[in-house]
Amino acid sequence: MNRIQQKLQEDKKLLSIYFTAGYPQINDTVSIIEDLENNGVDMIEIGLPFSDPLADGPTIQESSTQALRNGMTTEKLFQQLKDIRKTVNIPLIIMGYFNPMLQYGVEEFCKKCEEIGIDGLIIPDLPVDVYSEKYQAVFEKYKLINVFLITPQTAEERIRFIDSVSNGFIYMVSSASVTGATSGFGSDTKDYFKRISGMNLKNPQIVGFGISDKQSFKEATEYSNGAIIGSAYIKHLTKNGVEKNIDFVKTIR
Amino acid sequence: MTYQADEKGYYGEFGGAYIPEMLYPNVEELKQQYIQIMQEESFQKEFKDLLKDYVGRPTPLYFASRLSEKYNTKIYLKREDLCHTGAHKVNNTIGQILMAKRLGKNRIIAETGAGQHGVATATVCALMGIECIVYMGEIDIDRQAPNVARMKLLGATVIPAKSGSRTLKDATNEAIRDWINHPVNTHYIIGSVVGPHPYPDMVARFQSVISEEIKSQLLEKEGREAPDYVVACVGGGSNAAGIYYHYLDNPDVGIIAVEAAGKGVLSGESAATSALGKEGIIHGSKTLLMQTQDGQITEPYSISAGLDYPGIGPMHANLYRTGRAEFISITDEDAMKAGQELARLEGIIPAIETSHALAIFEDRKFKKDDIVVLNLSGRGDKDLSTYIDYFNL
Ligand SMILES: Cc1ncc(COP(=O)(O)O)c(C=O)c1O
Repeated sequence: MNRIQQKLQEDKKLLSIYFTAGYPQINDTVSIIEDLENNGVDMIEIGLPFSDPLADGPTIQESSTQALRNGMTTEKLFQQLKDIRKTVNIPLIIMGYFNPMLQYGVEEFCKKCEEIGIDGLIIPDLPVDVYSEKYQAVFEKYKLINVFLITPQTAEERIRFIDSVSNGFIYMVSSASVTGATSGFGSDTKDYFKRISGMNLKNPQIVGFGISDKQSFKEATEYSNGAIIGSAYIKHLTKNGVEKNIDFVKTIR
Repeated sequence: MTYQADEKGYYGEFGGAYIPEMLYPNVEELKQQYIQIMQEESFQKEFKDLLKDYVGRPTPLYFASRLSEKYNTKIYLKREDLCHTGAHKVNNTIGQILMAKRLGKNRIIAETGAGQHGVATATVCALMGIECIVYMGEIDIDRQAPNVARMKLLGATVIPAKSGSRTLKDATNEAIRDWINHPVNTHYIIGSVVGPHPYPDMVARFQSVISEEIKSQLLEKEGREAPDYVVACVGGGSNAAGIYYHYLDNPDVGIIAVEAAGKGVLSGESAATSALGKEGIIHGSKTLLMQTQDGQITEPYSISAGLDYPGIGPMHANLYRTGRAEFISITDEDAMKAGQELARLEGIIPAIETSHALAIFEDRKFKKDDIVVLNLSGRGDKDLSTYIDYFNL
């Protein structure tokens, strides 16, 4: 069983953190991951920065631009992570846009991930249709779990299709928007959480986008298995640097 | 074998829809309906009536005798510069606003480089009484000030794109983000044959009126529907797609695509995508784009805002890859000279985008009786300040 699947069986609401690799400083990647695990974070999304992150709001855009300026590349990230499994046990997911993976070579990229001990990928601009037709076999060969997004506008039939192609969890985008911390969810969002929870999908759901504090974490996980925090954590990093992760985790749970 | 899109939106290996799930419902709705809507009789009638009475179509096919004499061949200019708003862009925005209405959308967003597409979008939104938001790179806002003022006068909101190179690519990113944030009531009017399927095919169909008219106009003037060559500048490639469209699958017609070399293809300041690009994904489409070895999209450069884009539409990537089209790149300097030359030989001041296409005659020689039809995609009013600075006028 993959680390993601194992983690999802634990009886708790998972706290997952996204950060942009190479931000604030190029060599912060490993220490951020280790420190987040030590402070009780359950899963980590390592952002591979991209020049044109279409699905991201200003916070993640700016951290990506800075990371690229710092010299972050795909190869550099793999180098930084090569011994990560000597110190880190929680599931690690790489989240990035498709073009850098395509240029690296999709198979080569997947192979590298398996060697390092990456458990899954989130690629917002690789649609499930293209994935299932062209890339699923490669991902499976290297035992990578691919995670797909759904939104409040995703039709039921498509959710069922995504569920059938998924083998880890479904990334439930809280509202139709790009990434970026907002505060609190309205009743529409809660109805959507409930509706999806009532579909009895085979994959558990983890909520992302717009989670920034205890309140929004609690609301997001009422009907799901966990939540992902990105922009709010990057803002914390920008303000406090890499040392005070414990303070951030305490503001969430 | 065809050079048109297949039903999944692929031109050979290029095209498709590489979009985040957040965009899926909107793009899928459009994909399911665009052909059917375009074929409806009421749509066709409204589209044709507006093109005729509002845009001023058909645009003339003008035999440029002094230019022809100078370059010792037969050059016809398809006068898209005479369209309402000053460029071919309006053919597409008329089509798309009618599409948006039929899809029940009440908010329009667009990206713009030179501002021509922004003006054409603001114009049709005013015409239909629909809210209009245009994203434009900060740098382009500076160098295309008259068009910014036009958009505002027409009631549109112009939002500066401040990320990345602050030009067309970044304006497109911002428009896509806006669309993600407004998934129900908004239609995105893309300004060229770029973006996810069905956009490249839909925009090409709206622009195809250009070559449709040429067929009958040339028949009248020369007794034949097909010229020996069609020539157009390529930013994203919509005016090119329009003039190529009905000749794509006719091997007797040579296709010439002209890209912006900027300060020189190898200068590091260029927008010559076919020469410098590699296959990859930009704005939801698999195509040729300028990028680093690591897959980061690079910042293009051209004196012409409308050609300052690091990708080309998937139709053109396929025309390049298959060798169906001949690609030529033209520097800022040669384009500016060609623009001035057209002004002096024919009394027509072209857009600087178009000047790139006009510049090929210096080096690319044609036979005396070759018929070459060049798409005069836009007029130079918007570029006056660039012409003034460049020639110290
Ligand atoms: C006059 C003119 N020609 C050409 C272009 C380039 O666009 P495309 O390649 O889509 O025709 C523009 C874009 O703004 C333009 O204004």
